Amino acid sequence: MERRVVITGMGTVNPVGNTVEETWAALCAGRSGIGPITQFDPAGLATKIAGEVKGFDPLRHVEKKELRRLDDFIVYALACADMAVQDAGLAIGAGNAERVGTVVGSGIGGLRTIEKEHSVLERSGPRRLSPFTIPAVLPNLAAGQISIRYGAKGPISCPVTACAAGTSAIGMAFRLIKDGYADAMITGGVEAAVSAFGIAGFNAMRALSTRNDEPEKASRPFDRNRDGFVMADGGGILVLEDLAHARRRGARIYAEICGYGCTADAYHMAAPPPGHEGAARSMAMALQSCGMEPAAVGYINAHGTATPLNDVYETQAIKRVFGEHSRRLAVSSTKSMTGHMLGGAGGFEAIVAVKVLHEGVVPPTINLDDPDEGCDLDYVPHRARAMSVEAALSNTFGFGGVNAVLVFRQYRD
Amino acid sequence: MSIEEKVIEIIVEQLDVTREECVPEAAFIEDLGADSLDLVELIMAMEENFGIEISDEELQKIRTIQDAINYIKKKKGLAA
Repeated sequence: MERRVVITGMGTVNPVGNTVEETWAALCAGRSGIGPITQFDPAGLATKIAGEVKGFDPLRHVEKKELRRLDDFIVYALACADMAVQDAGLAIGAGNAERVGTVVGSGIGGLRTIEKEHSVLERSGPRRLSPFTIPAVLPNLAAGQISIRYGAKGPISCPVTACAAGTSAIGMAFRLIKDGYADAMITGGVEAAVSAFGIAGFNAMRALSTRNDEPEKASRPFDRNRDGFVMADGGGILVLEDLAHARRRGARIYAEICGYGCTADAYHMAAPPPGHEGAARSMAMALQSCGMEPAAVGYINAHGTATPLNDVYETQAIKRVFGEHSRRLAVSSTKSMTGHMLGGAGGFEAIVAVKVLHEGVVPPTINLDDPDEGCDLDYVPHRARAMSVEAALSNTFGFGGVNAVLVFRQYRD
Repeated sequence: MSIEEKVIEIIVEQLDVTREECVPEAAFIEDLGADSLDLVELIMAMEENFGIEISDEELQKIRTIQDAINYIKKKKGLAA
């Protein structure tokens, strides 16, 4: 019998909340988490705003000694994993350790640590570099530290597929359970790249919004006056589980994850091709992988970055896959509120898709005052909408031409 | 602050241990729970605080708090 995979636990740290509950309330209220950058002085940078994590107490998840040696992306990962594992009520011990795995993606890894330690190197020489520099920088150390904390000895990995990393991770974790390599997976994506280096780098590509005087209005997916994405910190981690395993232990099931698609544009290092056929093929592949009719889908959590190209091309790709049905779909970009968590986005937005199915509410695309030409889907502008959704997609696309898509549906026996 | 006091202060801060645990014969790895990377970081903090340089060969010989104190005193030209 084919194995089915369900979601039994979720945890998040992001610009609008430090728990799933807090986050969901903020998203449904259409609250923006974007503000002036506070963690360093952005003077001289074209962009002075970001989605920073706020009011987060790392000492609730990490000891003081450990904290000095972990990059923030790992601290966020540990916090998300703590919440997700606790939420799932999953006990990991001698009996099941080898059947529980960890796949957590990150687009960049410990960028703030690279920046800090590089200035130590320049200023004070190589002997002053912390011995914890490399293990704080490596993107796979989010998964590594989680596996160490929980004694999870099953499959481990870390896709580094830029802004699709979280989705690639969940897709891989889903397949590992489905193919029998593991019974449960701790999986998602995290990022902490809001730093002078990160902002300056994306600014150099002219990819970021510079609406510095109106931070809450800066992330405007599908709007005519959008001017790029807003970088953000944070992410989300979920516990995926083999259905039979979850039922045996009487776990609460939020939803089922049933499909995954992944394609390459083979076109350009950063830009999507006109019409974004790679994204369309990824959505089609994800649906095909679980034999789902496009008409069964009620909601898409869009990649929706608010860059000039993405929003028009993603809309075209959705129309290509869903045809007439695309007019009945609710499509929203929660990046309008959270900003873009890069590799963390896929982890976070998977949680949003699951909550939509579980709660029967679709969070809005805020700041969509004047839809751009070619952006003519139902993006759920401004206000959340109560609607029962049977199946939902989460789209994420990354530099390097990566298109990763997940399909979730309401859980039924 | 004496060298002894300063060394213990650094250890308490770096290894997140209590002052009471920092008896002279306490070994960094066996008694204070440090791993090899903790030790490198600890030695770096001592180098910085005392303005000395400790080579990797010398580092191998520093096992306990007393070893560290003796070493620093010797380096600073004080009797051990």
